[in-house]
Amino acid sequence: MFQNDIDITPDLIARHGLKPDEYERILRLIGKKPTLTELGIFSAMWNEHCSYKSSKKWLKTLPTKGDKVVIGPGENAGVIDIGDGDVAIFKMESHNHPSYIEPYQGATTGVGGILRDVFTMGARPIAAMNSLSFGEPDHPKTRHLVAGVVAGVGGYGNSFGVPTVGGEVRFHARYNGNCLVNAFALGIARRDGIFLSEAKGVGLPVVYLGAKTGRDGVGGATMASAEFDDTIEEKRPTVQVGDPFTEKRLLEACLELMKTGAVVAIQDMGAAGLTCSAVEMGAKGNLGIRLDLDRVPQREEDMTPYEMMLSESQERMLMVLEPSKEKEAEAVFRKWELDFAVCGETTDDLRFRIIWQGKEVADLPIKELGDEAPEYDRPWVEPRKAAPLAADAIPAVNDVGAALIRLIGAPDQASRAWVYEQYDCLVQGNSAQIPGGDAGVVRVEGTQKALAMSADVTPRYCDADPFEGGKQAVAESWRNVTAVGGDPIALTDNLNFGNPEKPEAMGQFVRALQGIAEACRALDFPIVSGNVSLYNETNGEGILPSPTIVGVGLLPDVTRMATIAFKADGDEVILVGGHGSHLGQSVYLRDLHGREEGTPPPVDLALEKKNGDFVRGLIASGRVATCHDLSDGGLGVALAEMAMAGRRGVRVELGSRVPQVAVFAEDQARYLIAVKPGEAAAILADAARAGVSAERIGTVGGDAVDFGAAGKASVADLKAAYDGWFPAFMSGKA
Amino acid sequence: MRSAVVLFPGSNRDHDMVKALHDVTGNRPTVVWHQDATLPDVDLIVLPGGFSYGDYLRCGAIAARSPAMLDVARKAKAGVRVLGVCNGFQILTEAGLLPGALMRNAHLRFVCKEVKLRVINNATDFTRAYAKGQVIRCPVAHHDGNYFADPETLARLEDDGRVAFRYAEGTNPNGSINDIAGILNEAGNVLGMMPHPENLIEALHGGLDGRGLFESVIQAVAA
Repeated sequence: MFQNDIDITPDLIARHGLKPDEYERILRLIGKKPTLTELGIFSAMWNEHCSYKSSKKWLKTLPTKGDKVVIGPGENAGVIDIGDGDVAIFKMESHNHPSYIEPYQGATTGVGGILRDVFTMGARPIAAMNSLSFGEPDHPKTRHLVAGVVAGVGGYGNSFGVPTVGGEVRFHARYNGNCLVNAFALGIARRDGIFLSEAKGVGLPVVYLGAKTGRDGVGGATMASAEFDDTIEEKRPTVQVGDPFTEKRLLEACLELMKTGAVVAIQDMGAAGLTCSAVEMGAKGNLGIRLDLDRVPQREEDMTPYEMMLSESQERMLMVLEPSKEKEAEAVFRKWELDFAVCGETTDDLRFRIIWQGKEVADLPIKELGDEAPEYDRPWVEPRKAAPLAADAIPAVNDVGAALIRLIGAPDQASRAWVYEQYDCLVQGNSAQIPGGDAGVVRVEGTQKALAMSADVTPRYCDADPFEGGKQAVAESWRNVTAVGGDPIALTDNLNFGNPEKPEAMGQFVRALQGIAEACRALDFPIVSGNVSLYNETNGEGILPSPTIVGVGLLPDVTRMATIAFKADGDEVILVGGHGSHLGQSVYLRDLHGREEGTPPPVDLALEKKNGDFVRGLIASGRVATCHDLSDGGLGVALAEMAMAGRRGVRVELGSRVPQVAVFAEDQARYLIAVKPGEAAAILADAARAGVSAERIGTVGGDAVDFGAAGKASVADLKAAYDGWFPAFMSGKA
Repeated sequence: MRSAVVLFPGSNRDHDMVKALHDVTGNRPTVVWHQDATLPDVDLIVLPGGFSYGDYLRCGAIAARSPAMLDVARKAKAGVRVLGVCNGFQILTEAGLLPGALMRNAHLRFVCKEVKLRVINNATDFTRAYAKGQVIRCPVAHHDGNYFADPETLARLEDDGRVAFRYAEGTNPNGSINDIAGILNEAGNVLGMMPHPENLIEALHGGLDGRGLFESVIQAVAA
């Protein structure tokens, strides 16, 4: 027998993830002792994941406005104008904790959740990406997590029918106890066909759509707002189960429904399901909501109102219905064999009322629930920064060719084909660039336009200097979009950090956000959506600070696009941005010498913009079709990737430069382009006029990446090392 | 040339197939809902790729029992051309219109990549625009494409020229027996194949090798 009126003990409050002073705040707001259902609703709304209580103060400082921003943060996803009445709608969201507990289902529901965020706004998803961070390769859990997460990402996206066009995978010991699974989705809609969650009109039916409610995921958002310890296996029941088949039908049904004019407001049920979606719609619309739980479709028997309000069963939506269209709307959902149940109504009393077995089990002020969550100014300290590397502390190598082969076959640089071949990257027939290049590119169907997108962050830089690392994440995403020819428009962020109650971790968050904000302003690259994932710690050890950035840009003409592959022997290779000198925090030091030391390369944002704008102009004018940005592993890794993709070598002149510095320095704001032999002089002259450093460093041809006296690596050996590591690792041989 | 594409709950390459048929044949295909008991009279019926019914139970097993499939079977028997791609191939085997079965890929993972196909029989309505023995590029995207048939069935398929396509140059992505990528029914009017010719028909896709399949049907209809 369900007891709604029970004694609210300090222990019960703690188990709901609420602090004693937060409970006091609840008492003040509602003026009575909460029922069990009410306490559950508060815990769902006020946890870190849903309320952003530790991060809100800092999120407000991020630049979110721009000429092409239609809707910024605060809705299910951000919206940008891409011309001709079209908009792109996108967001990234984490599913870190669930994926560590149950990798396959954690990843599937991460993908499912972000797809729903996009199509609940009226957009058909046309691209997905992801950013995955795992523990060190030889940690006993890593293979299991990689296999499960990758299969889960693919299992959901492939069945749903969205192409996964890019992403990143990294390994580091600091993720041993807490992997990161960040999922991104992007959809297309018409500017006049965007749907929002704000309820309008009193006495209108509130309709439940999609799959039935079960007990899965009860308390999931609260779980995701706490640190892990050795008891995590007990949390497995808080992970939801994904059903991409239902999601695919829900997508088709929702888009069909939206055309009928039946939808006044719509909100997907994500974290904290029915609670969050109903409160969101009511609070935004200044309306109350009354829900009758006996009319909610249920998958299991004898569910209590507490369980129903906290269930995170997937593939569900809540909408406010235009009453005259009820029959038409219901017919659409019946056709797709989905649930459609009028289960409540909007009211004018600003209360959130829950009826169960004819009795009122919760009656709360809806605005306070949604808007009066605690907001903290967490104490923070200046995070510890890595010391600069002394110039003479950098070890040399005898043969940069051999070093390059080792580097390209190391866990973080090796080919990700083992991963992305498990993702359908072609469905819908509009993929112009699939994983393996600088950015994913998807054509906007029926047009020559395309959207470019790239997921980036370099967590070791962020750990060594959160401010510069934050800048670098934004700059690299902007650079990758630029390198395919895209004009960067806006970005979404997924801020993965440790425990905000620790001043050092909070300091990393604050400084990284300041760096991100500075880069966004300098590059005119606003943030339109995002997600914060804190408490990524296990047994007190935090992850590397990992603010993942996905930048999105527009290519006006998809036939003017660059790829990384060398195209023809004899093409001249030009380095834009000059030779590098910075080896602090480089993969050269880490993977060849076992040292994670030094300051990360500083990002000169003005230089970044100048060099990027120049390169983009060359691609847009049709003069350059081969381009690659320089990032991890510097010039050497970039040349190797271009050679392997083009199946042809390159001869490079280093002159009197110190070989390992020129080849492996990770200085920012740099690109390699390859041009037809007759074009180089004119392009170099244009660069000089634009004040951009550019120099001819080599010629495409041969069967090796050849640095002359400094050494060479055959393309075949590079390819063997590059292709070999991941499959060998997963089969237990690496 | 008139065509129809059958839409099942969970189909997801229906859109790609409709676009390919439209682009190559010039006519937009009719999209038929799986609950419709009668298909229009067309020159080609296509069962598209995807995850009908989420691949639950067995790939294609539930879709094979939908009302539209009864009419597809009737029309196939009457000689109408039927093409099943990927999940469509799985549905055709589950419906008994093609022999054998598509098992889970030998490496147990979903695989999306480009492979090479050798045209084994070009004397069919689906392959006449290709040369016999020609090697074409074509992408695959599936979890269950590992074709299997018992030895007698396999011998009949091979002896009667009913293997239309084989994975070539060591690119078999799923472990299928005899590198089989696509097979025909006895009458030659039903083709099932795992690879996706509809995803290689324009410059954006990086090649045009998939067009030949649709052009073959156009030629056959005109002949």
